[in-house]
Amino acid sequence: MIRLVLPAQLRTLAHIGSEVTIEVQAPVTQRALLDAIEERWPALRGTIRDHASGKRRALVRFYACGEDLSHESPDTRLPEEVVSGKEPYLVIGAIAGG
Amino acid sequence: MSGVRVLVGTRKGAFILTSDGRRERWDVSGPLFAGWEIYHLKGSPVDPGRLYASQSSGWFGQVIQRSDDAGKTWAPVGNTFAYEGVPGTHEWYDGTPHPWEFKRVWHLEPSLEDPDTVYAGVEDAALFRTADGGQTWHELPGLRGHGSGPRWTPGAGGMGLHTILLAPDEPGRIVVAISAAGAFRTDDGGTTWRPVNRGLKSDHIPDPDAEVGHCVHRIAMHASRPAVLFMQKHWDVMRSDDGGDSWREVSGNLPTDFGFTIDVHAHEPDTVYVVPIKSDSEHYPLDGRLRVYRSRTGGNEWEALSDGLPQRDCYVNVLREAMAVDALESCGVYFGTTGGQVYVSADAGDHWAPIVRDLPAVLSVEVQTLS
Repeated sequence: MIRLVLPAQLRTLAHIGSEVTIEVQAPVTQRALLDAIEERWPALRGTIRDHASGKRRALVRFYACGEDLSHESPDTRLPEEVVSGKEPYLVIGAIAGG
Repeated sequence: MSGVRVLVGTRKGAFILTSDGRRERWDVSGPLFAGWEIYHLKGSPVDPGRLYASQSSGWFGQVIQRSDDAGKTWAPVGNTFAYEGVPGTHEWYDGTPHPWEFKRVWHLEPSLEDPDTVYAGVEDAALFRTADGGQTWHELPGLRGHGSGPRWTPGAGGMGLHTILLAPDEPGRIVVAISAAGAFRTDDGGTTWRPVNRGLKSDHIPDPDAEVGHCVHRIAMHASRPAVLFMQKHWDVMRSDDGGDSWREVSGNLPTDFGFTIDVHAHEPDTVYVVPIKSDSEHYPLDGRLRVYRSRTGGNEWEALSDGLPQRDCYVNVLREAMAVDALESCGVYFGTTGGQVYVSADAGDHWAPIVRDLPAVLSVEVQTLS
């Protein structure tokens, strides 16, 4: 079970709390996790990954275990600490004014 | 008892302002979608409880929200706006080709007959339509594809399709406007399109009377006389009596003919409102005095309306979507400012009062007249 933390704007949009858990089938990659997020909360489709390109939106970043995973390949497996639920997977909105 | 519901989109959420027919006491609800940009929200003319809102963010993209109970509850609907076929390129600010990329929905125009059918004007400019209440959106590709699309350029605020006028007497006719490409019309429901910019003159482009390239800020129409169109261009207030086939300038005695918004009185098709703005670089009223100008002659002769509006040290802007009228017996006129004020006049502009003073910057104002 993956522990997931989304930015406040997306939590409001999906009507979820500050941290949620989500089941992801192995192998647990970023792509598999994001597919599972969009499947469970359809309102989030297009808000983390661009509809047209399927890529991470420019001002969204992914972190786990103190590491920036934003530029990892979507098919790279997530750290074992994330897969085991020891560490959360963080989706962050870049601090960019506004 | 009659009343009004004012739908306000702002930089940081939406607000709904309601009042009875006197329009003196107001209930303010919101912010809805707090923290998100609400470019536009609008109700269906055939089902006033059905509202649509364009919610967007530079971080998280586009969301479309729908309410079936007049804004009490909302739910996200479809937000996939995919251009038909290979999107191709338009012209960038420096004249180079630039790929078409969806950024946001600027304007939502519900159908005159069906609450599930809505048109969406988007940036980069294109027109989309849903026929299932917003679940799925499909481009009307004939607009971008009619031939001039590769020559369209963005305005300073982006290349947005911001005006969608549905002609009540001719179901196939739609007039749209794009910054900074100009006005376009279809007479067959959106299959084929052509530019309708003859008579526009824009000194800031290489060919001042080009077929496309004019920065049209807003077009307004009276439902009883849809062939007559009033336009606030970047500079110049224009009028067409033939559905856009030809335009003539009606700026007349305006102190400056730059501006963004324009609208028409609900019961007097020749009574038109604009908010003159100093210039294309100084986006605030002349002399720090916020004045609406009204023409009762379909243009050319304008009178300043200032009673109740700030007449010193006022340097706000009034954006293209931020003016609307109600259809009560004494026509109400509304506008919002980038300073967060929403003003109402319950007597067609003679006297004004603020409904609210301190909202986030107002992007759009729409009014529903309730019976």
